[in-house]
Amino acid sequence: MMQIGLNHYLVLSTILFSIGLIGVMRRKNLLMLFFATEILLNSVNISFAAISHYYGDLTGQMFAFFVIAIAASEVAVGLGLLIVWHKKHNNIDLDFMSTMRG
Amino acid sequence: MELFLYTALFSPLVGSLFAALFGASPKTKIAGIIPSALLGLSFISSSILLVSILSGNGAVHVEMMTWMSAGNLYIPFGFVVDQVSVTMMMVVTLVSTVVHVYAIGYMDHDKGFNRFFSYLSAFVFSMMILVMSDNFAGLFIGWEGVGLCSWLLIGFWYHKESATWAANEAFIMNRIADLGMLIGIFLVYWNTGTLQYEQAFAAMPSLENDVLTWMGVFLFIGAMGKSAQFPLHTWLADAMEGPTPVSALIHAATMVTAGVYLVVRAHPLYHLIPNIGIFIASLGAFVALFAASMALVNRDMKRVIAYSTLSQLGYMFVAAGLGAYWVALFHLMAHAFFKALLFLGAGNVMHAMHDELDPFKMGGLNKAMKGTFIMMTIASVALAGIYPLAGFFSKDLILEVAFVENHYIIYTVLLFTAGLTAFYSFRLVALIFHGEERYKLFGIHPHEAYKFMLIAMSPLLFLAVIAGSFKMTYFEMVTQVLPASEYHVHSSLTFWIMTIGTQLFVAAAILFAYKKYTRRDIKVPDGTSKMENSFAYKLLINQYYIPFAYQEYVVKPYREVSSLFWTHVDQKIVDATVDGIAHTFYKIGEETRDMQSGNLSIMLKWMVAGTVALLSLAVVFGLSVKYATEIKLFLSGLGV
Repeated sequence: MMQIGLNHYLVLSTILFSIGLIGVMRRKNLLMLFFATEILLNSVNISFAAISHYYGDLTGQMFAFFVIAIAASEVAVGLGLLIVWHKKHNNIDLDFMSTMRG
Repeated sequence: MELFLYTALFSPLVGSLFAALFGASPKTKIAGIIPSALLGLSFISSSILLVSILSGNGAVHVEMMTWMSAGNLYIPFGFVVDQVSVTMMMVVTLVSTVVHVYAIGYMDHDKGFNRFFSYLSAFVFSMMILVMSDNFAGLFIGWEGVGLCSWLLIGFWYHKESATWAANEAFIMNRIADLGMLIGIFLVYWNTGTLQYEQAFAAMPSLENDVLTWMGVFLFIGAMGKSAQFPLHTWLADAMEGPTPVSALIHAATMVTAGVYLVVRAHPLYHLIPNIGIFIASLGAFVALFAASMALVNRDMKRVIAYSTLSQLGYMFVAAGLGAYWVALFHLMAHAFFKALLFLGAGNVMHAMHDELDPFKMGGLNKAMKGTFIMMTIASVALAGIYPLAGFFSKDLILEVAFVENHYIIYTVLLFTAGLTAFYSFRLVALIFHGEERYKLFGIHPHEAYKFMLIAMSPLLFLAVIAGSFKMTYFEMVTQVLPASEYHVHSSLTFWIMTIGTQLFVAAAILFAYKKYTRRDIKVPDGTSKMENSFAYKLLINQYYIPFAYQEYVVKPYREVSSLFWTHVDQKIVDATVDGIAHTFYKIGEETRDMQSGNLSIMLKWMVAGTVALLSLAVVFGLSVKYATEIKLFLSGLGV
């Protein structure tokens, strides 16, 4: 049976990262954009944890915890803003958020 | 002695800066008095230095500070007061003190009174640097400084078109010559490795003759510009547009003699290349005759005196070219006194006649202007070289030099010119001061100048009379640094024939001028008389058509070439390049401003694109470092 090694985790991480990136680029819904960034961050967390295990060094896993904490607070703040925005404009479509037009 | 040296050098600068403080304010008498007093101080310091040198103390040599020091190049601000430079210092400070005091009266009604004194003192400072410097670099600074001040002062009445034109002409002509001078200085540095006079001249005898010849030629080109020798002479006559004290100080007594000073200063060089010396002497003799001939017919009082200056500069170059450096310097000194006097006298006449310059419109002024009349007559006698005035000793000496050195053609030319000099000088005197009072036709009431102006002129008068008696003292002093060759005609009979012959010839010329121009029936020429329509007169009054030729064959083609370059090179290449660069950036900005749409989604896409680009760059770089050896091998295989 095939042993699941570091490479598999890294490939998974890369696939997730790509999905997240595409999501960031394509999604027009702000909520979906947050999901996409969560995928991005978690893909990075996977590679942190996998590499940390590979080297037997806990630093990477600790870093992953930090990332989770930051991601949680980011989403909390982001969602708050999002709700305010939705109350004010009644939609959360990115294409309408262009008050900073140059 | 150093204290006196610095005082002599820097008090004109202080005076200039002081007057400059009042530059923009209306006439302030003190702006004229303080610079004059400071120049008097400078004159006293110079006199003390002269006395010290005369009493046998050696030259004073100081090094004020280092100016440039880089590698082997070492140029200090050094000053030397030796027998040669002290002569120049005396001439410069004396004449400029006189001219400053005189100008307080002359510029009395001028709006630019304060500005005038600032420029004039700045000129004296530059001139002092020129003559006192102990190296070619300092000489060049002074050289350019006097050029600048000359430009400022010729164009002093800048609202007059002709004045600005003359100022620019003088400046540009001098620039042309200065380029030659600069090349000469470079050659000196290149070949001797130093710009200090002493070391440079000491190194010269071991150099090749060709190199020395080029040095001599290029340095002399510089001298030709400053001393207005043919073919760069046209600016001097036009420079008479400036105020008369300027003409007296700069364009007669001091600056124009800088060329002679340069040749005298560089005598060890010119001693080694006698061929160039002969050329200088020949050119000098030619200019002496050439300028004197133009003075014969000119109807502008100041221009006549300017041509006479040019002619006398020719005499000086003859002496310098033939190796009689001390004679050149002696004539320089004597000439400065009587020529400045002549100019200042002309200034008085101009004032009396309300800036009228045509002597044909004057006449009979000796009654109204007795003091000026006496001074100008004596100055003219001195210029003509009648015994026992200054001109006799210095000018006859040059004739003797030419005779003793067996240059009979030069001698004949100079002798003939001496006659012409006497003629045109007394033509001027006769037309201005004698004969019918023609000015009455023009409703002018002449008046004598201020008394203090006449008193200020009197030292020059005194020196114009007695300068000749210093000849032997001067000879002994100055020949400690210059070659001490005395010029005596061997047989005393020849000597007496020459001297008396010259005197008679000159006296005859004077009498002829008097007879011709004191007649009662002299009219203001109106271009109808037979003489005025003769070819020779037209040739002379148009200055041999040289200014015309310059205008037609130099200025106009140059202008055309310039405008051609302007439209084809400047606009189409230089401007186009600069504009093109600006245009490119403008275009890029125009094209890429769409990136800043304010849409978050588009910005995120650009962010991703940027990340990808940077990542791929990092990957490419990392790979190329890893496979560096293989890449090199591959490239060398391709023959790169």
